[in-house]
Amino acid sequence: MRFGVVVFPGTWSDCDFHYVVSEVLRQPVKYIWHRDRNLDDVDCVVLPGGFSYGDYLRAGAVAGRSPVVEALGDFVARGGHVLGSCNGFQILCEAGLLPGALMRNECLQYRCQQTHLVVENVETPFTRGLRVGQVLTMPISHGEGKYYADAGALAKLRKNGQIVFRYATAEGQVTRTANPNGSLESIAGVVNEEGTVLGLMPHPERAAEPAMGSTDGLLIFQSLLGSLVEDGSFLKR
Amino acid sequence: MTGSEPKATPDLARELGLTADEYDRIIKRLGREPTYTELGLFSALWSEHCAYKHSRVFLARLPQTGPHVLQGPGENAGVVDIGDGWAVVFKIESHNHPSFIEPFQGAATGVGGILRDIFTMGARPIALLDSLRFGEPDDPKTRRLIEGVVSGISWYGNCFGCPTVGGEIAFAPEYAGNPLVNVMCVGLVRADRIFRARAEGVGNPVFYVGNKTGRDGIHGATMASSTFDERAEERRPTVQVGDPFTEKLLLEACLELMQTGAVVGIQDMGAAGLACCTSEMPARAGTGMEVELSRVPRREIEMTPYEILLSESQERMLLVVARGREEEVRRVFAKWELDAVEIGQVTGDGDLTVRHHGEIAARLPVKALAEAPRYEKPTAPPPWMAELRAFDPLTLPEPADYEEALLAVLGSPTIGSKEWAFRQYDQQVGINTLVLPGSDAAVLRVKGTRRALAISTDGNGRQVFLHPRRGAAMAVCEAARNVSCAGGRPLGVTDCLNFGSPERPEILWQFAEAIDGLAEACRALDLPVVGGNVSFYNETNGQAVLPTPIVGVVGVLEEAGRAATQWFKGAGHRLALLGPDAVSLGGSEYLWTLHRRLAGALAPLDLGLERRVQSAVQAAIGTELVLSAHDCAEGGLAVAVAEGCVTGRELVGGSVTLPEGARADLTLFGEGPSRVVVSVDPARVLEFEGLMAESAIPWCWIGTTGSERLRVRCGSTTVIDAAIESLEQAWRRGFERHLA
Repeated sequence: MRFGVVVFPGTWSDCDFHYVVSEVLRQPVKYIWHRDRNLDDVDCVVLPGGFSYGDYLRAGAVAGRSPVVEALGDFVARGGHVLGSCNGFQILCEAGLLPGALMRNECLQYRCQQTHLVVENVETPFTRGLRVGQVLTMPISHGEGKYYADAGALAKLRKNGQIVFRYATAEGQVTRTANPNGSLESIAGVVNEEGTVLGLMPHPERAAEPAMGSTDGLLIFQSLLGSLVEDGSFLKR
Repeated sequence: MTGSEPKATPDLARELGLTADEYDRIIKRLGREPTYTELGLFSALWSEHCAYKHSRVFLARLPQTGPHVLQGPGENAGVVDIGDGWAVVFKIESHNHPSFIEPFQGAATGVGGILRDIFTMGARPIALLDSLRFGEPDDPKTRRLIEGVVSGISWYGNCFGCPTVGGEIAFAPEYAGNPLVNVMCVGLVRADRIFRARAEGVGNPVFYVGNKTGRDGIHGATMASSTFDERAEERRPTVQVGDPFTEKLLLEACLELMQTGAVVGIQDMGAAGLACCTSEMPARAGTGMEVELSRVPRREIEMTPYEILLSESQERMLLVVARGREEEVRRVFAKWELDAVEIGQVTGDGDLTVRHHGEIAARLPVKALAEAPRYEKPTAPPPWMAELRAFDPLTLPEPADYEEALLAVLGSPTIGSKEWAFRQYDQQVGINTLVLPGSDAAVLRVKGTRRALAISTDGNGRQVFLHPRRGAAMAVCEAARNVSCAGGRPLGVTDCLNFGSPERPEILWQFAEAIDGLAEACRALDLPVVGGNVSFYNETNGQAVLPTPIVGVVGVLEEAGRAATQWFKGAGHRLALLGPDAVSLGGSEYLWTLHRRLAGALAPLDLGLERRVQSAVQAAIGTELVLSAHDCAEGGLAVAVAEGCVTGRELVGGSVTLPEGARADLTLFGEGPSRVVVSVDPARVLEFEGLMAESAIPWCWIGTTGSERLRVRCGSTTVIDAAIESLEQAWRRGFERHLA
């Protein structure tokens, strides 16, 4: 399965995703420059963390209108998969590929810390290897990660099972104190209606090796690999 | 010469920070009066900040060479070989003065400046550490400084994408008017791909790359070379404004261009901006340089040659490129959407020739600019020194309740958890950080090898104040010991020397003594000083900071997977104390926290023993004989043990028995060098004892881990029996409670 890691000016998790895909997952991976529109030779596009275009205006606002992101709509329509983490999630929301928006953390400060995520939907290609209620440990690192969606969008997210991860305690309880940024309903990650685009604020690439303190991030990649290999969707494209 | 500019006079020279003697010297050297622009060049390049006028003769006493040293002082940063074809580039620098005037931008551009020093050498920055000193945090003004400095560091480092993995924050009233913001950066480079700041090759084009030039930071170097008074805030325009996004682009563009082989020399435009680069780069190579200022990308109109040369606008570099490779430079910088403009060339005449629209604005021998006067001003020990050291802390009453005393010391802002600051810093980007902030040293793996780096910064101003020589030596020992406690073998040192005005004999005496202490300790531990920074004039209204040399040490672990941390790993492990018994309450955290006294004598320092203790700790970690290792530093043995209990992911109690004899507060809270607490799996006790016997160091078993309490006995008397949760609360809230 072929991965493409997008590099915007100001992206900094690009090398980390590249390393995890090539050295840990042992899958083919390449960098995609933000000006490229050609996504024909990849199965999954990764939008990594960082401060794309300096996050000027709003986090992800400029990148959300970049050539590569403009090409993503078509890529997704053709059955491609997209994983956006941190700044990548912000970009996906700015581009309208995912509902909602990410606002400044409630504490008004940057937060880099370990978080626990409780899994809510395992019917997506990114989560099918997980159990409902399973708790994943992976870190966050952001200043603007407070998820917000209006009442209509939230109702739709709930109805369609698009809420995939919520911040929780180590035991899986969704509590106010376990919510590191004030996200609406502790939402940490959502998918599009088809389940083929995942955005989350935490960093799965920082939780992909025992030396980094957790390997739970790998479960997301492995679910995706399993999904695409098993149903052959990466062969169809 | 440009007509509309003021004429250079001795008065103008003095206003720009040059003495009458220095002005005479310039006239003698040139054989004529300088132009206004030329005077500006001298004032910046002969400032203390750029020229180390008062410190250079002393700095020469530091050991600067060693078998691993690939680059010593004199370049943008030092370089040490770590094996497998890799080298580590590192340096620490101060941004004290700007951070006091404008804490957010002052600290942010401090981070930006040190990052550029590292990637100028061709290295990718992989770690930042911040050594911060403030006044007591219950003062609202200090709180504002803390919040500004921490958010400035957070903003710049996080956006740029270099993790902040360590450092320390300490408090003393002497820093209230002059906080210290010292930032260390570490980068990785292939040992055969190091770049230097030399303008080689007559005829090679000179490129200006990066951010545009504005009027910010003009005379920043001169500002950093004087003391403050009540009007310090009027100097805000001398503080630069940072843009970490542009810095990130500059990093990627520079590293990409370096891969092509087109770069001959490169220097960051830091203090004294373009003036510094255009004179230092040819001075190092024995060449000259000519530049045309009208080509310099600017963001303000009608800037004078003086302003363009002395602007300290951030995120800019000067490149010397191989003639014929100009297109590659333009292509790479265009890709990253940055300016890259050819502004001149390397010449063979030894002069810096500056033109503005073709007209000569300055023409000076680069050697004249590079050869600032060197002073060896008088030194004299402060008269109050002897009395201060003669104070015996044991004349103070013993605390009624030792548990209360431990809670107070553990909960002091200096010792308490710094999570409030560190959670605002990205600590992991790059996925190298094996040991996060909160242990003795940060540990980062070197991908593609089995190795890891252990990094620590340290410096105890109180100890240096009481005994500059021994205190400075102890700072080297402690930073190196921290690295050893993570399992690293220390390889090299960078130092940031923060002092008051060198024009006062007692301050210069502190400085000279501290240098001798640093030199002695570095020699004894085989640690070359490969770079660093001197920051003088840290005083406001005549009140100098505590003399504070901050020492950064980088070490290497052969096996990344064996890195040790300071916290206890579970119940039933044996606890041992390695090192000497000798401790003192003089200058201790205990004495300050409980009695608000800074006085007394320091414990003795035996550098040979220090070295043996560190070797023993490294060997014990390298053979996996210990489960944790923690240096006894501020707060003494009691705090070291308590930190073992409460700083890990799980709380672990302990039971410790210490020898009777001395007063219990001395035993518990006395501070002294060369002491390390380790925990040992009971199954490995015999092996551990064998290793200790071979190491020829004093050591003893002091207790075991386990239970929900920390119990400490001195002889048969129980002096502390505290619930672990209460200790944890005190430690966790110690600093943060002042900010909420």
